[in-house]
Amino acid sequence: MSEATSQKIPVTVLTGYLGAGKTTLLNRILSENHGKKYAVIVNEFGEIGIDNDLIIGADEEVFEMNNGCICCTVRGDLVRIMDGLMKRKGKFDAIIVETTGLADPAPVAQTFFVDEDVQKNARLDAVVTVADAKWLSDRLKDAPEAKNQIAFADVIVLNKTDLVTKGELAEVEARIRAINPYAKLHRTERCSVALADVLDRGAFDLDRILDIEPDFLNADDHDHDHDHHHHGHDHHHHHGHGLKHYHDEDMQSLSLKSDKPLDPNVFMPWLQNLVQVEGGKILRSKGILAFHDDDDRYVFQGVHMMLEGNHQRKWQDGEPRESRLVFIGRELPEEAIRTGFESCIVS
Amino acid sequence: MKEFAPAPDSASIVSVTDSVKPVALGMGVISAHFLGHRAAFVGGEENVALVDSQGEISKVAVHSGGILSAACDGKRLVMGGDDGKVVALDAKGEVTLLATDPKRRWIDAVALHADGAFAWSAGKFAFVKSGKQEEKSIEVPSTVGGLAFAPKGLRLAIAHYNGATLWFPNMAATAEFLPWAGSHLGVTFSPDNKFLVTTMHEAALHGWRLADNRHMRMTGYPGRVRSMSWSAGGKALATSGADAVILWPFASKDGPMGKEPAMLAPLQARVSVVACHPRNDIFAAGYSDGTVLMVRLEDGAEILVRRNGTPPVAALAWNAKGTLLAFADEDGDGGLLEL
Repeated sequence: MSEATSQKIPVTVLTGYLGAGKTTLLNRILSENHGKKYAVIVNEFGEIGIDNDLIIGADEEVFEMNNGCICCTVRGDLVRIMDGLMKRKGKFDAIIVETTGLADPAPVAQTFFVDEDVQKNARLDAVVTVADAKWLSDRLKDAPEAKNQIAFADVIVLNKTDLVTKGELAEVEARIRAINPYAKLHRTERCSVALADVLDRGAFDLDRILDIEPDFLNADDHDHDHDHHHHGHDHHHHHGHGLKHYHDEDMQSLSLKSDKPLDPNVFMPWLQNLVQVEGGKILRSKGILAFHDDDDRYVFQGVHMMLEGNHQRKWQDGEPRESRLVFIGRELPEEAIRTGFESCIVS
Repeated sequence: MKEFAPAPDSASIVSVTDSVKPVALGMGVISAHFLGHRAAFVGGEENVALVDSQGEISKVAVHSGGILSAACDGKRLVMGGDDGKVVALDAKGEVTLLATDPKRRWIDAVALHADGAFAWSAGKFAFVKSGKQEEKSIEVPSTVGGLAFAPKGLRLAIAHYNGATLWFPNMAATAEFLPWAGSHLGVTFSPDNKFLVTTMHEAALHGWRLADNRHMRMTGYPGRVRSMSWSAGGKALATSGADAVILWPFASKDGPMGKEPAMLAPLQARVSVVACHPRNDIFAAGYSDGTVLMVRLEDGAEILVRRNGTPPVAALAWNAKGTLLAFADEDGDGGLLEL
């Protein structure tokens, strides 16, 4: 991590549907003995019980930028609050932005990429979504915001797992994975997740893009222990990873892979154009790229139309020079994306 | 950022750096003003440092937290803080509590009127307190970005998202709304009361001619404009945000419409703050590399007041007679120059 990046104040966005347990998690973060001071930006000032020195009420004002890009929205109140907070530099080590259950995480995230002053002082660390194991499946059916929050997440805290059966838990996990297979998923009761799993994730840090694999393939915390405690109606016996496969009608992820090098002169304009045209549908994107005649890994990540990318490091000896990309979004034009990507491969 | 090129060549630029009385404030500074005969440096947190012409510093505690906004008329310095309080400091160094937000919301903006009335904002609400009257308030569609009193009458301009609202607090009439898409932050009336100008979240200014609400777009800045200052008599509006001071012409009835701005004192650093001399056609400019220059409007002749190589200049102010210039960088390394 570069010096400049490490000195920027990390910002964790805490999102999730009403009643999922955001406040519980927030209070855990604040009360645990970690010696760190947090500035907390909350909605509905004064209405939730949070014990912290620096609490700032936010209005969740979403502003469009005058740059001709309709999905380029920022949180106007956040720009103002960050500006005010920077006068108190040194009084806190990190910032947590809590959003309402109805909020779209994109404007929050974009604030940290679009605004020059915010970007100078702070860096987005991760979007953490708290989900209610009992109600999430229903919310995914009737609340587009809930779907957005899952699709956008870097970390999902699947909470209240004690209130559901194993079968219900498997179902809700499968529904989450249908939308976002890449987020780190932690099953919790009363949000009892290790804080290291939600804080300092560096999810938007290009240097920390190591691989792009669905979380359940490399998850070592996964429960392979086929249930011996039978809950009453849990008669589904899943095999393999125990995951049922759902397909979410409108929100999905699309993963692309090539073991042949890409032509940067074709790929870059294609990617730029893709996010320009389809950026409204693409919530998150990420990639590790192997370019033709280039010994360095190139990495990028994006939020809607906003992209940032850079050479990361040398390809290591024996490391397969593979390109991998993932897009998470709504009604992604899969065929067009696949065809476009294939045209970037050097034949 | 770019590599920095040499400082202004000392052989070709007049320097008064030796005449500056250095002032080590020992605190982050957000703005400078003159209060009575002393310079008042507003800290980022808690304190104001009053500095007399001998360089003697006395600090006064004004807020129990961050200081978010300040306005000064030479007799009174009014500030808003993240403690939800509006306070005034007078020339003797006495602090008066003017208002407390019942929900302890941040006081994002303050403004002072020549007749002693003052205004502040918290969230979407702007408040005005005039003399012994009850305070009055107005709600605008989004959080207030900035406040300014008109030079004539008790009229308040409120900058917010998608425009500005002009409000006569003592009149029953509906407030006038001046629309323009985008987020408006700072706001100022021209001294002749004919124009209203806002700084935007985008790197641009927007203006309205108040007689007919005609729009004036003032764009082309590489960065956000955070500082605006009217030249003596209001002939030009000097602004920060570029690698030179951008001065928009306001001498004619059309203001800057269809005209190019003047660009003076270019350096290889961003202008962070500007302050026009109150009587003469001179301005002072502070830069992101710590440089402070005095510049003549007529021909752009420059005098070096402070060398580069420090954090950005955060505060600049002239006293009312224009005989003293106060400045400080973000970290509180300041100075006073007597002309």
